[in-house]
Amino acid sequence: MTDLTQGIPIAAQAPRPRWTGALAWLRANLFNGVTSTILTLLCAALIAAALPPVIRWALIDAIWSAPNGQACHGAGACWAFIGEKFRFILFGFFPAGETWRPIAAVVIFLAMIVAACDRRMWGRRLALVWVIGLFAVFALMRGGAFGLSTVETALWSGLPLTLVLAVVGMLVGFPFGVLLALGRRSRLPAVRAICVGYIELVRGVPVITMLFMASLMLPLFLPTGITIDKLVRAQVAFILFAGASLAEVVRGGLQAIPRGQIEAADALGLTYVQRTRLIVLPQALAMVIPALVNTFIGIFKDTALVIIISLFDLLTTAETALSDANWQGFYVEAYVFVGVIYWSFCFFMSRYSQLLEREFNRGRRR
Amino acid sequence: MSDARTVPMIELQSVNKWYGEFQVLKNIDLQVGKGEKVVVCGPSGSGKSTMIRCINRLEEHQRGRIIVAGIELTSDLKNIEAIRREVGMVFQQFNLFPHLTVLQNLTLAPIWVRKLPKKEAEEAARYYLGRVRIPDQADKYPGQLSGGQQQRVAIARSLCMKPEIMLFDEPTSALDPEMIKEVLDVMIELANEGMTMVCVTHEMGFARTVADMMVFMDKGEIVERAAPKDFFAAPKNERTKAFLSQILAH
Amino acid sequence: MTTDEATLTSARARPALWRDAKIRGIAYQVVFVAAVAGFIALIVHNAIANIGRQNIATGFGFLHREAAFGIGESLIEYSPADTYARALLVGLTNTLHVAALGIVLATILGTLMGLARLSSNWLVAKLARVYVEIFRNIPLALQLFFWWGLLDKMAPGPRQAWQILPDVFVSNRGIIYPVPLSNPAYKWVVAALGIGVVAAIGLHRWAKRCQAATGRQFPTGWVALALIIGLPAAVFLGFGAPARLDVPVLKGFNFSGGDAVSPEFAALLIGLVVYTGTFICEIVRAGILAVNWGQSEAAMALGLRSSQRMRLVVLPQALRVIVPPLTSQYLGLTKASSLAVIIGFPDLVSVANTTMNQTGQAIEGITVIMAVYLSLSLAISLAMNVYNRAVALVER
Repeated sequence: MTDLTQGIPIAAQAPRPRWTGALAWLRANLFNGVTSTILTLLCAALIAAALPPVIRWALIDAIWSAPNGQACHGAGACWAFIGEKFRFILFGFFPAGETWRPIAAVVIFLAMIVAACDRRMWGRRLALVWVIGLFAVFALMRGGAFGLSTVETALWSGLPLTLVLAVVGMLVGFPFGVLLALGRRSRLPAVRAICVGYIELVRGVPVITMLFMASLMLPLFLPTGITIDKLVRAQVAFILFAGASLAEVVRGGLQAIPRGQIEAADALGLTYVQRTRLIVLPQALAMVIPALVNTFIGIFKDTALVIIISLFDLLTTAETALSDANWQGFYVEAYVFVGVIYWSFCFFMSRYSQLLEREFNRGRRR
Repeated sequence: MSDARTVPMIELQSVNKWYGEFQVLKNIDLQVGKGEKVVVCGPSGSGKSTMIRCINRLEEHQRGRIIVAGIELTSDLKNIEAIRREVGMVFQQFNLFPHLTVLQNLTLAPIWVRKLPKKEAEEAARYYLGRVRIPDQADKYPGQLSGGQQQRVAIARSLCMKPEIMLFDEPTSALDPEMIKEVLDVMIELANEGMTMVCVTHEMGFARTVADMMVFMDKGEIVERAAPKDFFAAPKNERTKAFLSQILAH
Repeated sequence: MTTDEATLTSARARPALWRDAKIRGIAYQVVFVAAVAGFIALIVHNAIANIGRQNIATGFGFLHREAAFGIGESLIEYSPADTYARALLVGLTNTLHVAALGIVLATILGTLMGLARLSSNWLVAKLARVYVEIFRNIPLALQLFFWWGLLDKMAPGPRQAWQILPDVFVSNRGIIYPVPLSNPAYKWVVAALGIGVVAAIGLHRWAKRCQAATGRQFPTGWVALALIIGLPAAVFLGFGAPARLDVPVLKGFNFSGGDAVSPEFAALLIGLVVYTGTFICEIVRAGILAVNWGQSEAAMALGLRSSQRMRLVVLPQALRVIVPPLTSQYLGLTKASSLAVIIGFPDLVSVANTTMNQTGQAIEGITVIMAVYLSLSLAISLAMNVYNRAVALVER
C-alpha cells in the first residue's frame, strides 16, 4: 500500500487547477461524452438548417414597401403589408382622425402595468393611480366629454380592446375571486357548497362556453326590453371566469396560512371580518402574488377567444386585415406581427412573476 | 497515530478541493486503519463534511489521492461503484426514501447492488432492524417514525450492505435532544464490534468513549490530531483550544 | 359573541337568539342561500319571458330532429339526414379523438423537452428553453390560426404538394401519407404482438420470482422489448415480408391512395400539442428538481447506479409532484380543443354552435356542452384522486 505514495511530488500549497477558458467550457458543456457530442451536433445541424432560411425570408428577401399585394409576393416576407395595415390591426375601427386616443389609452395601460410592477408603489398610492388611469382610459376611448367626440364601444378594437378585457376582467374578478375563496373555506356548509359548485362549474368548462353563454344566454336572462352591449357581455364572461380561476389561486394562499395565525387572532378577540382583513388575507395574498401574475397572463391570452363572438380584439383585427382583397395571402406576416405583441406582454409578465417568486423564496428561507 | 495498525482502510494523501476560487480542502492527509474510529470536529464551514463526502465520492477532490479499501478513487465509475459498496454513509438529514417502507428502504440496495435474493435481503434487514432496536416498524413509512427512529433506520440501511467502513456526517445534529442518545447508543455498539468508522460530530462524550483518534479541522485543513485523552486534556493548537472551550462551555 | 362566551353562558341560561353563534351561522346561510336562489329565480323568470316573447322552442326535442347539415370529418357514420343527437355524437367523438391523441403526443413532447431543459448539454438546454418561452407566451388561438394558415391557406394544391418525407405530402387537402395494404399476414402479426406482450408480462413475473430466489437481476426491460417487437417482426418476415404500402399517387387534380388527415385536424393537433407541451415541460422539470438532492446522495452512497437512482428513487418521488398538475394540463388540453370552432374543425362545441344557430336553442345547446365537459372533468379528476390517494406519502 505504501508503494502507491512513492514518486508523487506533493506541493506544499497545490495551485488550483484552472478549468477556465473557452475550450474548457466547450468541453464541459457541449462535448462532455459521446451522447452529449451527438446531441450538440444534431442541435447545431438543426439550427444551421432552420436559421438561414428564416433570416433570408424575414430580412434579406423581404419586401419593405409595395403599392399593393400583387407587387409584394416574392421569396421573402412582405412587411409592406404590415406597414399598410398596422394602424388597423392595432386600433381597428376606431375613427381614423382620432387615432391618438387609443394610442394614449395603450400608453396609460402600459404605464399602469409598469407602476404595478414596482414593489415600492404597492399600496394605496397604486390603487389611486389605477383608478385615475382607468378613468382616463375610459374617457379617452368613450369620449363624449372634455370636447372629445363620442365613440361607440362597437368601434373599440385592436390592442386597447384586448387590454380592456384582460385588465378589467382581472380587476373586477379579483375581489370576486377572494370572496369565492373565502366562501369555499367557510365553516358554513351552505355557503361552502354554493361556492364550490360555482368554482368547479366554471373551471370545468372551456372558456369558449363562458363566451357563448355571455353572448347567447345573457340577453335572455335580462328583463325584457333591456339590452346590453357586446363588449359588456364579453367582459362579464371574463369577470366570471377570472373570478373562478383567481378563487383557486387565493385558496392556495389561504390553505398555506398556519393554523396558529388564526388562533392568535381569535385569542386577541378579533371578529371574523377583522381577522380575515387584517391577518389572513394580507399573508395569503402576498404568498400567491406570482401565481396571480400567471393567472393574469392566462386571462390575457384567453382574450384572443373573443373572435368567436366577433369582437374585434387584436387577433380579430389581424384576421380582418388578412381578408382585404388587395392584400391577400400574408398570413405568416400578420401572425408574426400580432404574435410578437402578445409574446412581449406575456414574456415580460412571466419573467416578472419568476423574479417575484425568487425574491419571495429567498425571503422565506431566511 | 495509526502507524501501528497494518491495514489502512482509508488513505487520504494531500487532498485538495476548490469551490470556484474558494479552497475547501487544503492538503488533507489522513490514514484510518482497519477497525479504527476517527472523530472529526471543527467549526461549521471547516470542510469536515466535505472531507468525508470525498471518501465515497459524493464530492470530487481535485488534487491528491484517496484510496479506500485498497481501491483508488478516480473518475473510473467501476472504482466508484466498488468503493460505495464497501462504504456506508449516514446523513444529517437521514435521507430515507419516503416512498418506500422501512423494510423496502433496507432491502433496496442489497437487492439491486449486492444482487441478494429478496428473501435473504429481507431477513438481513429484519436482523439489522432488531440491532438498531426497532424490530416492529418494518412495514411503516419513514414519515411515520420519529427523528431518532429514522436515523436508526438509516444506520440499519447502511449496515444491510455489510460495509467495511461507516461514515457518519453529523448524524445527531438534526435530532431533538431526547433522541440523540438512542442513536449514539447504536453507534457505540457498532464501534465496539470493530467497525471502521469516521464520524463528523460534536458529541464529545461519544468521542471520548469510542474514538481512537480525534481530528480537528479549521478553514479546510487538519489543525490537530491526537488520541482523545490528549486532545481533550491538552490541546496544542490555539484554534483547537478556542473551539473546545466553546463547545464544552455548556 | 365568540364561541367561548356562548358556551360559558349556555351553561346557565340560553343567550339571546341574536348572540347565539350557532343561530347566527344558520341565519347567515339562510340569507345567502335565499339571495342566490332569488337571483336564479329572477334569471329564470326573465329567460322564460324572453323565450316566450321570441317564440323560441324549448326542451331537448330538437335532438331527434333531422340535423340537415354536413360534417367535414367523422369517425362514425354520419349524413345530414341524421339527427342532431347523432351530429353532437360525431362532435364528441371528434373532440375525444383529438384530445386523446393530443394528450399522448403532448406528454411525449413535454417530457422530452423537460429532460432536455435539465440536460448538462448547454445547447440542448437552451433550445428547449427557447421552445418553451416562444410557444407558452402566445395565445393558443393565434397559434391555431398560424398552423391552419400554413396547412390550409398557404399550402399548395395537390399538384405542387410539399413532400416532407418520402411519400408523405402536405397540400391544402391535408397531410397525405401511405398506409399498409391489408394482407392476411397482418392478422398473424397482430396475434404475435399479443403473444409477445403476454410473454413479456410472464417474463416480468418470472424474473421477480427468480430474483427473490437467487438474487440474480434479469434484464427484463430489454428482453421484453425484444419479445414485443421481435416476435411480430419475425412473423412478418416469416410470411416473406409482404410489405405493400398503399402509396398516395397524384392522379389528375388530387391524390389517390394512402390516407389523409384534414388541415383543420392537423392544425388543431399540432397547436394543442406544441402549446400544452410547454406547460408539461415545465411540470416535468419542476417535478424532477423537487426531489431533494439528499435522496440522490443517499442512493449514491448505497452504490446504486445512475439509471437505478433515477428509476428506483427519483422518478417515483417526482411522479407524485408531476401527476396532479399534469392531469390539470390534460383537462386543459381537452377543454382547449374546443378552440376547434375557430378553424372549423367539427368538434363538439363547433357542432353545438351550428345546432344553436339553426335551432335558436342556446340554453339547451350550452347545457349539452357544459354537461359533456363537466363529465369529462369529473371523470379525469376522480381518476386523479384515486391515483393521488394510492401514491400519497404516508406521514402521521
